[in-house]
Formats: sequence, structure tokens, C-alpha cells
Amino acid sequence: MGRFSWVRFFAVLRKEFLHIRRDRASLIMAIAMPIGMLLLFGYAVNTDVDHLSTVVWDQSQTADSREFITSIRNTQYLDPDAYVQGYEQIEGSLDSGKARVAVIIPPNFGKELQKDNGQADVQILVDGSDPTIARAAMSAVQMLGLNKSLEIQGVRLAAKGATAGTNMPLNIETRVWYNPDMKSMVFNIPALIGLILQNVIAMLTSFSIVREKERGTMEQVVVTPIRSLELLLGKLLPFVFIGFVSLTLILATGIFWFGVMPAGSIPLLVLLSTIFLFTILAIGLLISSIARTQLQAMQMTFILILPSILLSGFIFPRETMPIFLKILGGLFPLTYFLEIVRGIFLKGVGMEYLWQDTLILCAFAIILVGIAAKKFKKNLD
Amino acid sequence: MNLAIDCQGLVKRFGTYTAVQGVSFQLPAGAIMGFVGPNGAGKTTLIRMLCGVLVPTEGRATVLGFDVLTQPEEIKQRIGYMSQKFSLYDDLTVRENLDFYAGVYSLHGKMAKEQKTRVIERIGLVERTSQLVSSLSGGWKQRVALACALLHSPQLLILDEPTAGVDPVSRRIFLDLIHQLAKEGITILVSTHYMDEAATCDYLGFVFYGHLIAFGSPDEMKEKEDKDNLDDLFIYYVENEASDDPRNLALKKGGRG
Repeated sequence: MGRFSWVRFFAVLRKEFLHIRRDRASLIMAIAMPIGMLLLFGYAVNTDVDHLSTVVWDQSQTADSREFITSIRNTQYLDPDAYVQGYEQIEGSLDSGKARVAVIIPPNFGKELQKDNGQADVQILVDGSDPTIARAAMSAVQMLGLNKSLEIQGVRLAAKGATAGTNMPLNIETRVWYNPDMKSMVFNIPALIGLILQNVIAMLTSFSIVREKERGTMEQVVVTPIRSLELLLGKLLPFVFIGFVSLTLILATGIFWFGVMPAGSIPLLVLLSTIFLFTILAIGLLISSIARTQLQAMQMTFILILPSILLSGFIFPRETMPIFLKILGGLFPLTYFLEIVRGIFLKGVGMEYLWQDTLILCAFAIILVGIAAKKFKKNLD
Repeated sequence: MNLAIDCQGLVKRFGTYTAVQGVSFQLPAGAIMGFVGPNGAGKTTLIRMLCGVLVPTEGRATVLGFDVLTQPEEIKQRIGYMSQKFSLYDDLTVRENLDFYAGVYSLHGKMAKEQKTRVIERIGLVERTSQLVSSLSGGWKQRVALACALLHSPQLLILDEPTAGVDPVSRRIFLDLIHQLAKEGITILVSTHYMDEAATCDYLGFVFYGHLIAFGSPDEMKEKEDKDNLDDLFIYYVENEASDDPRNLALKKGGRG
């Protein structure tokens, strides 16, 4: 009694290795998880913000303004690739998310720079919905403005000496749109609607079906005259209902507790959330068609959750991800839903800017529901 | 003769494995038939094909006059099925389970109420209706499952090892119920490991390695092979049909049979 037995110890040790070798899921997890997580975190967890899409309204059209635009490009932070005319177009590009930053160069820009003591104003509009991006963009343009000013001042001093004025040659005026206080909460709370809905509903749906397989009740049901469509609809509808309850709960908590008011239409938000809900139900259904036990269903849901947090733009901006991860992120319906909720909550935009994301979400819903229903039917037969 | 089941050369393959190979038999309506055979012999596969759940690879079969290939829905509406594993909802009460199955068999309104009252009284569940199924003992659970299978007044009752893992007293009560049901005109197909159960059947089928190796009434079969009881008959068949079965070697070493 009490003596450590090597025989007993080795018996357990050997048995455990045999378990791991037989259990394919654990084996895959042991090998694929470290590599997968390393790649995912290594590339996706990237808080360096650069090459933000930028629109320029150059009203000056002079050598000076063009030089200024070039130096903006040279910062690597902003990509001033698109030229627009007028505030309406600028609003359009920021609303639709095509551009994160807008640079407005007034007509007198060149003249002011050439004047002895002139001061040229440049207005920079920054999309503040993602505070990380907004801060990076703002500090980049402020630094640029300062450097440019010093450079021009230096030239003026060399030419005119002390008679050169004391005005800063370049005055950069930044304004943050959508989330002027750049609060992270305003950015995160709307996105949480999508994430929470995805996790809760996918798990509950898959559980409800896998439970019937696990307990053998499905075996009894298949010998009854019930059609797979009747069973499917009957099983899924309660979760649509639960989904709406969760949605209402999250929305109410977000608005009344955290004080994050949606700028756009709530009915539209609910309508588009419904489409998202269907894609999630289908994902839950797909999980249930593969998983044999509730534990497996749980593991699969977690495998879905982690990359969807990292790749959907929930935390890290998708713009800065390598193309491969961007494509990978595009495979999650959550990615498009986040665009939609943030668009409605922060920018207050409507279908005119959200129709693309909505269409993609609809396509996801139709394809996923189709595959899931087919697999479900096949599993029953 | 009115046939409840008419099987002609049923074959079921799963990939390269043949679970059922060429089973043919005819079961008259109103009879009790027992399937006997070792574990893994293909009894469950055969039963699932007759229920219209599994599609046969070859051969044809009609159940209550309906083809298992083309009319499985008609069959499902007319048969009652109970599996070896208790498969009702544990977290629902007896009545809630009955309500669910009544709905699944398209019973509603007055009809549903009447049928529920009928089976509850018939199976003796009156005092149990509000109990959670999980709180019932194994014998009672089986009776609830039987009640669910009888709700839609099936013409054929298919029971796949209904009494496996049930204590002898509950088993006897269950068996008596089955025989009463047969007297009321329901055809019954039951698979079992218990020879005393098998002995009370009108017809017996020995299933072995996917083959139906013998079919007939218990007395006929015993007479034909000159055996006193079904246990001996069973072992005799196993020895004859599969001399390479490892169970057979063990039998011979043990000096039995």
C-alpha cells in the first residue's frame, strides 16, 4: 500500500497513448491546433494600421497640392488612390466604407503656400467607427503636417530670413466622423450582437439535434411517417424565436445599459439580423449532421468561434490582413453581418450602402440552409 | 391467406459488408413471429428494412400489402415500432411523450384524445401519466414506449429486442401484453434473445450471418431436427451453419450441445 508501482503507472500511460491514437479528433487537435492558431494569431493579430483607403478632393490642382498628396502616400499609412469632387461624394465613400479617410485640399492651397506668410488649411475626415484605425490615421496625418510645415518653414527662412512670418505654413484640421469620441464600446457593442447571436444559436441548434441522435430518440422518430421538412422546421423554429429574444436582449442592454444608440433604423437591423440568424441556424444544423455527441458539437462550435472572432473584423481590421486571411475571413457570414450592424449603428446608413453585404448574407443563408437541409434529410434516411 | 409480411430475397449491403443476404419468408396476418439469432446476425437490419427506414440493396418485400421500396410512408403510418434501446424523451412526462407521438402520427382533436385514453388504459399507465419518463424504471419505460407505438392502432407491431435488460417480472408482464394484443388481431414481429419468449411465438425465424436459416412454428422446427428444446435447436443450428464461427469452437471445448 502506498508504494508507487511502475507497472500500474505504465499501464495507465500506455492506455492513454492508445486513446489519443484512436481518437482522431484529439489527434487532429494536437497537431493542427498549434499550427493553425500560430498562423491565425500571427497574421490576424496585427494592430499596425497602414495602407488605409483614402479619397482626396483636390480643389487646388497645383504642383504643391500634388506634392502634398504624394507625401501622404509616402507615409504608407494612407493610400490616396481615389479622387472625388464635393462633400457628397466624400460622404458616400465614407458611408459605404470604401474609404476610411478623406483629404480635402481647399482651392487656395497652392497660393497660400507660395505666399510669404501664408497658411494653407487641409481638412482630414476620419471614419472613427474603428477607434484603432482612426487613431492611427490621425497621428499619421498630424505628423505629416508637422514635418511638412517645418520643411516649408525652413525654405522660407532660408529665402527671407527673419522676415518670414511665424505662421505654420500647413494647418491640418482633423475631424472624426461617426464615433467622434472614438469610444471602443461604440465600436464593439454592435459587433457583439453578431458574435453572441452566432455562438448561442449555433450551439443550441446543434445541441438540440445531436441530443436526439445521442439518446436514440431520433431512431424512434424516423420510423414514424414524419417528413424531414416537418421535423426540421419544427425543430428549428423555436431557435428562431430564441434568436429574436437574444437579439432583443442584447439590443436593449446595448442601448439602455451601455448607452450605445443605433444611428440608423432598428427595423432594418432586425430584418437583416433575421437573415443572419438563418445562416447561423444552418451552421448549427451542419454541425449537428457531423457531430455524433453533444461534446463534439461543442468542440466544433468553438473551432468556429475563434477564427470568426479573429478574422471577421470583430477586433482586428480586415484591411490590414494578408490577402489569404482576408479571403478566409470572407467565408464567415459574421464578417458581412458586422459590416451591416456597424453600418447601421455607427454610420446610420441604410440599404443604399448595405445591399452588397445583404446580398452576400442572403447567398450564405440560401446555400447553407440548402446544404444543411439536404444533409439532414440524408442522415434521416 | 392474408399476408402481413412477404419477403422475397432481401439483401442489404453496407459497402463490402453484407448484413442481410437473401432473406425470404411469408408471415400471415394476426400471427406472432419471433426473430432469433446471435448479436450482429442482421436482425435489426432486416427489421429496419421492413419498417421502410433502410432501403434494401436487392430483393423486394411488401409489408401490409405495401412495397418497402416505393411506399415506405404508407408502411410507417400502419406499423408500430419499438427498438431495443429505450428511445422516448426522458425529460418529458409520459403524457407529453404520448402527445408528441399522437401528433407525429397525424392524430388530432377528439381522435387523439380517444386513442390516448385507450392506450393509457390498455397498458395501465393511468397513474403514471404526469410522471417524468426519466423517473420510471426500465420495465415501465418499455411499457410507455409500447403505448406510444400503439397510439395509431397499427396493424403490425415490430419490436426489436423489447425486453433486453428488463427484469423477469416486467418481462413477463410485457410478454402477456404482447399476446393479448395478438389476440386482438395485431400482427407482431419481435426479435429476442430469450428462448422462453421465442417458444410462445406462432412462427420463428432463425437469423444467422445475414441468412434466415430456418423458418416455421417452434414445434415443427424442434420435430424436424429432433431436439427437445429451443436452446438445443439454436446451438445445433449455430454448429451446423457456421463451423468456423469462434463461438462454435468455444461450445465444443465446453462439451455442450
